[in-house]
Amino acid sequence: MSAHLHSRPDRGSPLASKSKHEWLTTTHKKATDRFAERREQFESSSGAPLDPVYGPEDLAEWNYHDKLGYPGEYPFTRGVQPTMYRGRLWTMRQYAGFADAAESNKRYKFLLEQGQTGLSVAFDLPTQIGFDSDADEAIGEVGKVGVAISSLADMETLTDGIPLEQITTSMTINATAPILLAFYVAAAKKQNADLTKIGGTIQNDILKEYIARGTYIFPPRPSLRLVTDTFAWCKDNLPAWNTISISGYHMREAGCTAAQELAFTFANAIEYVDAAIDVGLEFDEFAPRLAFFWACHSNFLEEVAKFRASRRVWARIATERYGSTNPRSQMLRFHTQTGGATLTAQQPLNNLIRTTLQAMSAVLGGTQSLHTNSYDEALALPTEEAVELALRTQQVIGYESGAADVIDPLAGSYYIEALTDRVEEETMAYIDRIQDLGGALTGIEGGFQQREIQESAYRLQRQAETKDRVVVGVNDFITEELEPPQIMRVDPAVERRRADDLGALRARRDQAAVDKSLTAIRAAANGTENMMPLLIDAVEEYVTVGEICAVLRDEWGEYQEVMTL
Amino acid sequence: MTQPSAEAGTTATDERPIRVLIAKPGLDGHDRGAKVVARALRDAGMEVVYTGIRQTPQMIAEAALQEDVQVIGLSILSGAHLGLFPRIVEELKERSVDDVLLFAGGIIPADDVDEVQAMGFKGVFGPGTDTRDIIEFVREHAPRRA
Repeated sequence: MSAHLHSRPDRGSPLASKSKHEWLTTTHKKATDRFAERREQFESSSGAPLDPVYGPEDLAEWNYHDKLGYPGEYPFTRGVQPTMYRGRLWTMRQYAGFADAAESNKRYKFLLEQGQTGLSVAFDLPTQIGFDSDADEAIGEVGKVGVAISSLADMETLTDGIPLEQITTSMTINATAPILLAFYVAAAKKQNADLTKIGGTIQNDILKEYIARGTYIFPPRPSLRLVTDTFAWCKDNLPAWNTISISGYHMREAGCTAAQELAFTFANAIEYVDAAIDVGLEFDEFAPRLAFFWACHSNFLEEVAKFRASRRVWARIATERYGSTNPRSQMLRFHTQTGGATLTAQQPLNNLIRTTLQAMSAVLGGTQSLHTNSYDEALALPTEEAVELALRTQQVIGYESGAADVIDPLAGSYYIEALTDRVEEETMAYIDRIQDLGGALTGIEGGFQQREIQESAYRLQRQAETKDRVVVGVNDFITEELEPPQIMRVDPAVERRRADDLGALRARRDQAAVDKSLTAIRAAANGTENMMPLLIDAVEEYVTVGEICAVLRDEWGEYQEVMTL
Repeated sequence: MTQPSAEAGTTATDERPIRVLIAKPGLDGHDRGAKVVARALRDAGMEVVYTGIRQTPQMIAEAALQEDVQVIGLSILSGAHLGLFPRIVEELKERSVDDVLLFAGGIIPADDVDEVQAMGFKGVFGPGTDTRDIIEFVREHAPRRA
């Protein structure tokens, strides 16, 4: 430090203690009397007012050991591992998949060659909603938002040349999660892989589909049974598999606030845990395999606080609500994806900057894995060039920024800690509200969460339209649009080709074995036995996702959307 | 399906309120935009029927007929628009629902806009659209009913 800073004349008395209130009513007020601040009130995403500055008084009751502790220790606010990114960087996991299995397999190999460290499979809507590529309902949708997988044959192609013992795979699949997991397990068996070494995740979070994402099929009760079947089966057969990724992401994307994102997700988590306990599972046996999935939106510091708060909230739920004694059940491990809804179609290159900031929040918040969106995703599926840039963003943060070299580096900041506390309080209050309504499922059936999200989305839209919220390049700093960038397109011939392939597959299968396994699934649908072994038997006979779901639709019926508008 | 609210106001021209159907065709569940637009049109005094997600072309055409709407807005983000929109137009024709204003929203690449307009969609509104622009568009182009 240079000498003149020390020799500055003493104006006032820097050592005299002054309260924040005094400062606000003197120095700060004097300034704001002369020049108004940019806004009348500054707010968090949930509308809580923000002070101009935070100081020691804001943490007067705050206790380091109670609130934070050390990394790898209860309540895990500072991170779930003792070494965090000093041991190993987060898993760089880009969500990808389009067209058919062969095309997507090429994209995965490209990403792995570029240094990506795990796979994340996007499925097309027919696969997610239980229709084969040649179904009437699939017209126009095949291979569009993800890869089309109808049978084990497709999964074999998808994973061809990728050693499943070594690469972990995350699959964004919900209503049909047990079937896609069965495909994956069967494909791994064909590679002669040791199932105890197969790692990955199925999203398997059906409740948030009813709230926001919309790829449900069956009513809640049988759907929850499928979820608990996967918990139980994986515990004994696929011990390294994350059986669920309880997701706030999609609810946030649909418009909710940071605290609502956490609260709705934890309320769903409680519903799953209670369902699993109801069927006789022990919390500390299955909870270590529960994973979470958060969004990262643009309020840089609030998002960091959200991630930190989420770990503390879960640690307390695990111990206080479920009496957990296994630290692994109390650790909230999460994946993060940057905010798709924050991307703009206008001036799309700006999205690179948004995504970089959001990714930095996720890293400062201690994520276990990360997907960075591509800058062209408000226009179409990303091009290969855009995906590569998104991955490079993570690598620059990981290897060049220094942010990964010290654990939880923002801890102790007055503002970050005050905000972490507040997100936690708001979350807990919201969880209590949902529990008072009768829990997440009852809330969903009455449209509570859906309505809350809708309100919040509408408020955000209004704020943008009144310019209360500036979206750079959209409602301010607008420039003449340049030529739109080159976009990725799925070959329309894929749909036809898929139908031909499926026809050929159906012709060469052992039809008697197919019928037999579908009959067994139908019988089990009305019983209580675990469905997983039956699903694996069926897919090994090349029974398709559409055929299995047709039987289950028959037996269980379909969920009807709760209309809230 | 939800019904239009009873307290819907009148249009700027003091005729009876404009009736609008907002629909989500195909399997796409991204309903944030559709709901925001439905709400904005309703707040602007129109009678809005929102179908919910996963509507087949037949369901949408049938709803348009039953609800006697002047305007149909379709929202799709999955990329299935070129596959689904022509089928919806076809179903509308079959039911002689022809005096309607069609518009579309969601993720519709710039290169597809001409084709979508040629199908009869007078407006295509992408991400970042101000709902006031949609309101104005509907008021200006909705066919008048006695």
